[in-house]
Amino acid sequence: MAKTFKKPEALSDQHTHYCPGCTHGVIHRLVAEVIDELGVRGRTVGIAPVGCAVLAYNYFTFDFQEAAHGRAPAMATGIKRVRPDLVVFTYQGDGDLASIGMGEIIHSANRGEKFTTIFVNNTVYGMTGGQMAPTTLPGQKTTTSPAGRDVEDVGMPIKIAELISALETPAYIVRQAVIKPKYIVRAKKAIKKAFQYQLDGRCFSLVELVSTCPTNWGKTPVEAIKWTEENMLSYYKLGEYKTPEQFEED
Amino acid sequence: MGKILMKGNEAIGEAAIRAGCLNYFAYPITPQSEVAEYLSRRMPEVGGVFLQGESEIAVGYMLFGAAGCGARVFTTSSSPGISLMGEALSYISSAQCPAVFVNIVRGGPGLGGILPSQADYFQATKGGGHGDYRLLVMAPDGVQEAVEMVMMAFPLAEKYRNPVMILGDGLIGQMMEPVEFPDHLKSEPSNKDDWATNGMDTRKSNERNLVKSLFLNAELLEEHNRVLKAKYDRMKKEEVRYEPYNIDTDYQVLIVSYGIISRVCRTAIDNLKAEGFEVAMIRPKTLFPFPEKAIEEAASKDSCKVVVSIELSMGQMVEDVERSVHGKRPVQWFGRSGGDIPTPEEIIDVIKSFVTL
Amino acid sequence: MQSEVMFAGFGGQGILLIGDILAHAAMEEGFEVAWIPSYGPEMRGGTAYCLVVISDRPIGSPIIRNPMHLIAMNRPSLEKFAPMLKPNGIVVINSSLISIGSGRDDVDELLVPANDIAGDLGSTKAANIVALAAFVARSKIVDFEILRQCVKKVFSSKENLISLNLKALEQGKEAAQVKNPGP
Repeated sequence: MAKTFKKPEALSDQHTHYCPGCTHGVIHRLVAEVIDELGVRGRTVGIAPVGCAVLAYNYFTFDFQEAAHGRAPAMATGIKRVRPDLVVFTYQGDGDLASIGMGEIIHSANRGEKFTTIFVNNTVYGMTGGQMAPTTLPGQKTTTSPAGRDVEDVGMPIKIAELISALETPAYIVRQAVIKPKYIVRAKKAIKKAFQYQLDGRCFSLVELVSTCPTNWGKTPVEAIKWTEENMLSYYKLGEYKTPEQFEED
Repeated sequence: MGKILMKGNEAIGEAAIRAGCLNYFAYPITPQSEVAEYLSRRMPEVGGVFLQGESEIAVGYMLFGAAGCGARVFTTSSSPGISLMGEALSYISSAQCPAVFVNIVRGGPGLGGILPSQADYFQATKGGGHGDYRLLVMAPDGVQEAVEMVMMAFPLAEKYRNPVMILGDGLIGQMMEPVEFPDHLKSEPSNKDDWATNGMDTRKSNERNLVKSLFLNAELLEEHNRVLKAKYDRMKKEEVRYEPYNIDTDYQVLIVSYGIISRVCRTAIDNLKAEGFEVAMIRPKTLFPFPEKAIEEAASKDSCKVVVSIELSMGQMVEDVERSVHGKRPVQWFGRSGGDIPTPEEIIDVIKSFVTL
Repeated sequence: MQSEVMFAGFGGQGILLIGDILAHAAMEEGFEVAWIPSYGPEMRGGTAYCLVVISDRPIGSPIIRNPMHLIAMNRPSLEKFAPMLKPNGIVVINSSLISIGSGRDDVDELLVPANDIAGDLGSTKAANIVALAAFVARSKIVDFEILRQCVKKVFSSKENLISLNLKALEQGKEAAQVKNPGP
């Protein structure tokens, strides 16, 4: 009997520590599939963030570094500058990338560093227990915004894909979601395209993935998906925000 | 090759290249920005990497990433910038990656000043970042020794898989002295395939490598810290470096002094000798590991009445001097900390005052 | 034997450069040298200075409060540094811009209208080289021919400046032969 569905080689056998309904597992698999399909496992270095994915290196079967909170893009810069032949990606959450690591991601993108960033946006700090993130929606309750995010007090949620697209340096910037198969198919295409741009030495690439956190949202996995589709997708609009081709047409 | 007259900062940059380090990341800060200016010209000439990062925080992690994949890499900065790199130093030490950090120390705390200082002694030898880690710290007394120490730093960092720090000061960075570069030490970092994330294909292996510092299990973390401690203990056995001066006399006073100020002490000792007053000096060349035994032995000489720690800080190294002397002699401190370097005459007065106490 | 030479003037007068040239020449002649730029509280107030220490043995303290010689290219520099000099040194005074003397009777005071001489040669920018040449000719601190080679080397990338500065060297040397009547 032929196997029609198997685990990517780039993914390890280890069970993940992620909560039921968490989308990290889906994203890990998409990244692993892309690395297999591109045949680059032997020259890939991933960089794990601080956050729920801090142990991501346990679930992949290639070289990994582990960053301090927010610093993954600086480490990726260091690797890529001294070893341009390696395939490098950072895997970062919203607290890591959009708060403490804002400086590193903006400047890496602006220098056009040739690595790929997988940005997981689930609107909360997951590992530390569901505190407010820069991407928490207006009115959304978290453990540090118990009455709901007050935008008069802490401002509006940051749209990372749009923000980074505003830079003049050519890049591939896209936002997709991982909440249902139809979105997941598009997310994988985006991830593959992002890695391909890197392999071609074209540009910095960032894939923002709208994700869920059932545990910290206090919802069941099914409720979480519904809430995401109804509340997040209208604010965090999906699609390609920037491609390097845009700059070549002029 | 003959002598070249070079500014300390530029000589430090050239020394790194000649040591085979072709990767430099940095952020400008006075009084060491000439290193970045020099290497922005030189690195492209030798096919190396020069990148001006967006902050010292980012630069610390650029070093971490590059060192983690097995490349020889270094940065230079000055006190406030080194504070920002403290986080990365802690991570790099824990992840056991070799990297070289040069601190051209300026006055502090806070924004402080831009003049020479040694007030980062504690930061370099005791901490700066969090956790149980140590840096191998070397302190040159001039441009020539800065060159030699930079060139030694890379193989040492690789021997211990640990960051090495060169603690200079603003004057060493700014002054010009003749330098002679030792032979090239150009070599590839050794054993990196055992641990570096340089890509499985690169090292023809199916085993992946991890560069990390997270140990959530208490036993594993303690075991990891024991591994680190064993390295620091080995440094204490194998890497202590110091220079004795006028030590074969019946000296009444033993000075412990390092870096630029030790040269002022040397002149003071010469001048006192002409008056018939013998003073000796131990000049630590490594601040960690500290030449504890040499200081204890020198202090124990019968003729020695007092030990004086002379430093450009409000009293930092003196704590290590006291620890080394083990109460066998009184230990005094003299220091300046605003950026003015005392003259030999001032040092002479101080020494005399301690003897007539 | 150790000598310390203080070069001082306005920023832009090429003070650091002539210190650099002297340090190079001394090194070529086999001396130990150290060149210390304005890098201290003294750098405030618009004066640029550098100190060159020349010695026949390893240089201990590079920090010198009382230098041996002074080349003063402007008045504030002369006023500031002349009182600090050790006795029996040489003070070169750029008399084009300075109308006073050093106020010291224990030094060899040499008035050199460096800006006027350089201006006559085509550019007042060479005033620094005139003053340096006068000092070296008077002090014989380094061999004049070695100094000439160093000046050539420094300007080697700017062909048109070589002849100007070599002429400045000769004029400076000549100026040092004159015993100045004093201000």
